[in-house]
Amino acid sequence: MRIPLSWLRDWVALPEDATLEHVHAALVSVGFEEEDVHAAEVTGPVVVGQVLSLEPEPQKNGKTINWCQVDVGEAEPRGIVCGAHNFGVGDKVVVTLPGAVLPGPFPIAARKTYGHVSDGMIASTRELGLGDEHDGILRLVELGLDPEPGTDALALLGLDDAAVEINVTPDRGYAFSIRGVAREYSHATGASFRDPADAVEPVAAHGFPVTLDDSAPIRGRQGASVIAFRVVRGIDPTRPTPSWMRSRLRLAGIRSISLAVDVTNYVMLELGQPIHGFDLAKIAGGITLRRAQPGEALETLDAVTRKLDPQDLVVADESGAVALAGVMGGAATEISDATTDVLIEAINWDPISIARTARRHKLPSEAAKRLERGVDPRVTPLAAARVAQLLVELAGGTIDELGVDAGEAVVPAPIEFALDLPSRIVGVDYTVEQVVATLELIGAAVEVQGELALTSTATVTPPSWRPDLTDGPTLVEEVARIVGYGEIPSVLPVAPPGRGLTRAQRLRRGIAQGLADAGATEVQAYPFHSRAQIDAFTPGAAAVKLANALDGEAALLRRSLLPGLVDVARRNLGRGLTDLAIYEVGTVFLPESGRAYGTDGIPAGAARPSDEVLAELNDAIPPQGWRVGFLALGDTVDKQPGQASVAAGLGDALDAARQIALSAGAALEVVQGSHPALHPGRTAELRVAGAVVGHAGELLPALAAVLDLPRVVAVAEIDVDALIELSDVHRSATPIRTQPAATQDLSLVVDAGVPAADVVAAVTEGAGELLEHVRLVDDYRGQGVPEGSKSITLALRFRAADRTLTAAEATEAKLAGVALATERLGATLRD
Amino acid sequence: MSDTPQITEQAVAEAVDAALAAISAAGDSTALRSARTEHTAEHSPLARLNGAIRDLPGSEKAAAGKLVGQARARVNQALAAQESVVLAAEEQQRLAAEAVDVTAVPSRRRTGARHPLSLLQEDIADVFTGMGWEIGEGPELEHEWFNFDSLNFDEDHPARAMQDTFFVEPVERHLVLRTHTSPVQIRSLLSRPLPLYVVAPGRVYRTDELDATHTPVFQQVEGIAIDKGLTMAHLRGTLEHLAHAMFGEGAQIRLRPNFFPFTEPSAEMDVWQPNAKGGARWVEWGGCGMVNRNVLRAAGIDPEEYQGFAFGMGIERTLQFRNDMNDMRDMVEGDVRFSQQFGMVV
Repeated sequence: MRIPLSWLRDWVALPEDATLEHVHAALVSVGFEEEDVHAAEVTGPVVVGQVLSLEPEPQKNGKTINWCQVDVGEAEPRGIVCGAHNFGVGDKVVVTLPGAVLPGPFPIAARKTYGHVSDGMIASTRELGLGDEHDGILRLVELGLDPEPGTDALALLGLDDAAVEINVTPDRGYAFSIRGVAREYSHATGASFRDPADAVEPVAAHGFPVTLDDSAPIRGRQGASVIAFRVVRGIDPTRPTPSWMRSRLRLAGIRSISLAVDVTNYVMLELGQPIHGFDLAKIAGGITLRRAQPGEALETLDAVTRKLDPQDLVVADESGAVALAGVMGGAATEISDATTDVLIEAINWDPISIARTARRHKLPSEAAKRLERGVDPRVTPLAAARVAQLLVELAGGTIDELGVDAGEAVVPAPIEFALDLPSRIVGVDYTVEQVVATLELIGAAVEVQGELALTSTATVTPPSWRPDLTDGPTLVEEVARIVGYGEIPSVLPVAPPGRGLTRAQRLRRGIAQGLADAGATEVQAYPFHSRAQIDAFTPGAAAVKLANALDGEAALLRRSLLPGLVDVARRNLGRGLTDLAIYEVGTVFLPESGRAYGTDGIPAGAARPSDEVLAELNDAIPPQGWRVGFLALGDTVDKQPGQASVAAGLGDALDAARQIALSAGAALEVVQGSHPALHPGRTAELRVAGAVVGHAGELLPALAAVLDLPRVVAVAEIDVDALIELSDVHRSATPIRTQPAATQDLSLVVDAGVPAADVVAAVTEGAGELLEHVRLVDDYRGQGVPEGSKSITLALRFRAADRTLTAAEATEAKLAGVALATERLGATLRD
Repeated sequence: MSDTPQITEQAVAEAVDAALAAISAAGDSTALRSARTEHTAEHSPLARLNGAIRDLPGSEKAAAGKLVGQARARVNQALAAQESVVLAAEEQQRLAAEAVDVTAVPSRRRTGARHPLSLLQEDIADVFTGMGWEIGEGPELEHEWFNFDSLNFDEDHPARAMQDTFFVEPVERHLVLRTHTSPVQIRSLLSRPLPLYVVAPGRVYRTDELDATHTPVFQQVEGIAIDKGLTMAHLRGTLEHLAHAMFGEGAQIRLRPNFFPFTEPSAEMDVWQPNAKGGARWVEWGGCGMVNRNVLRAAGIDPEEYQGFAFGMGIERTLQFRNDMNDMRDMVEGDVRFSQQFGMVV
């Protein structure tokens, strides 16, 4: 909402020197956020001039300029060069004298041009910032003005006025009016306020046939409550909109159309009631206010023919719909430059109907904006009267007694209000006088039961323009905001002792930190995937689909973090960052195939659904869970002085997986595995306690190629919820043996297809409890080892709990390990 | 074998002089080793003089023994002294030879980094767990009842329109990507015992195209406290405490009236950021208020008995003005340089 200061000053005592900043600050203090300021950017001497003479002078460049003598109220006329031709001798125009500055900024000076000294400039509407409608010189007669030469044109045209723009929250529709904002300014500052609604002389009318026929009320509410129609006949359609009104409309952000239309907009801005003017001559018979009929269409003022919805409210005459109620008028009955008789419509339409229609037709018009937030029903007939009166005053019309006043105002219900509630909710010790006075100040009627004391209860009837005041807390907010939120003290509440993070929260945090500590960089990807992305990693899997995705190609919610990491990797590669180790800890969405989620209805608010209904709601939500994903490509160790580069590969993916398991306190088991997106020979299945928790591997080279990635891309993904679920909650310590250790190496030849992990497992089991530690040190194939076999070398460390181990004991244990490996895997000792 | 030498003072002195000269001339351990062999080992003059003692008559043995013994002791002392000098010098040379350019030593490990939004989220969580609050969580894909109805959003509230909310197909089944972390409020109220003090950080979704100031996926942190006798003063105290932790001890909170469906009274909160780049200033930080009675009712809580406050702020926005960031896109694109400039601390 934009508020021109001159207009505000009509209704509230604004200080003479009030600045835009002052008005903003006052309004911010009562809850209107500051949005912008709008001021004319014209300064300096700008005056009315009368053209005394005009000599056209053709120029070499083909243009013709006019050399004019202009009376600007000085002893001598000024000589001014002008390139425009839409004016003549005798016209009153706006002259910007040297020293003036036009929007741009464009400073005016006496300058030599086309062989003359032009001592100022004759200004156009556009140059003055008054509008973009046309380029020609502004002839004041067009505005119905005939001032003396030399008159200050800035004041004349309202160019000395300025507006503040504020944001109005959806609960306070009344503030979409000068009336409402002036009242709030008065609340903020104590300045005296006159209600513009009280200044309107009511106009009685009757006899115009209007029927409300709402066959399908939305949520039980009739489409219209208060209905007012007035008729003004014989207006002069050639009369211009007065410059003061034009100026205020312009500052308020409304384009001037014609006097009759401007008047309806002006009254809407002042009183908050949207008004529509019809050309009475184009209305056939009586008016019906009804829902649109199936298949009905209407061409609206914006020259768009709209298919109406049976929920839309319309104003209809005998020919059909003539206006989309409260949202936009129809083209056929529009006021034109030939209109002499005007039918004025002011109706308090049902806010919900209007909101739905405005949304449905994507027409957030000025009228809809006000009606969907609620308009003061008391003001509806007054607004119609005010339009009628202005049309008489400014357009020369006469008010006909034909019209209608119908309907019943829906006014806010009284509220039983404990007078100490503000203190109990806000934490400020308000006095009872403060509470009552504040509520009365905002226009509520307060009837205290019993003595005037904080312990008493009052019946508070909110004013007609405050449908948002519905219960105690809404009244509390009024007290708090008018007295000032600045009064609220600061008290830190003491919560009961908490248990800190949950185990899952702690471990998740540890996983994220662990990967970063291990050298990877955390990223966050959007969860919107295409079908191709889903299919590459989880072929054919069900995925949640958004109805209104920003990118229709990526309307599915991710089932895996890997496609997102691939996207991020590609972006980094595109920026020349070729060595990457990245990870994300995030959620995935895992609907089951063939299952319908959601519910047909929604339980009502403001009441606790039953346990069964709550369970049903929770069950209707697709499963979601935490994952951690990792991706590495390029070099893991950079080439450096004395250090060759180390390329990323499967090992990085497995290291990441081990780091993740370590952070979660889980014992990870790595086995050969397969995954649709991974290299068939370089995929590890990751298990904890026998259950699969994820995979690690290298992307299928063909997939990497399609994605413009290098051939080797190491990835890992682990189900964090499962990992945490399976990790040891109770961690049991093993005593540390302090006796001397005996170390031995062992080389075993096995079939090349035997996993090293199996060899380690067999040796470990066979060697028994003296074996403290095993490390795989070599996997050798080639000379000295039979074709199709490999030599696995293990470094063994033995230690006894109670004595120094002899070499013989260690060897005996080792050979026991060999024996089991031989029995299980056919392993032979390599000499 | 040569002849047994005569043990004379002169012979001993000559042998000692020669030994000492050789020892002091030995500049490295190899030379010193040769000097040791030449002057103290078997067949060296002193060894031979020493050997000659046993051929002397018993009456002379003591004096000769003393003479030769002292001489050998002097030589051995000199050897030891020179050895420590030589070894020290050699160690110095070795150290000098081993010197490297520490600015060119290869790094064996890459350095990683956390995402600053994660770090900030954890920092905020820690401020609250430090006060005894707990961390709540809930699904990102929600049922409309949790995202809207339970939070006092009317079915015709503009926020429910398609232009703000991501709806799941089919729309008639009422699933949405949560538009705020507030569903965790109602989930906490439904599942936890009272009194309750919970913060819920997490991802939320709105249908805004990505640009410098908007992203369709972002993070909020929501707080809710329900107890007996909580007021807006406690709300301000809590926000001020968080502001101090986030922006320094000079931070202040300013509340301005506003409107939200799930709070009444409601407020917009600004924070006075004392250490802002370019000077201290007020910055709009988030929304808050006293929990609307209809929200309590939706959780089956008697609003006459319990009341409390709730607040929420964007973590991206907090990071933006707290850490001098201009473009939201840097936070969401995954460019590793963005996280790496923060490392492990935000």
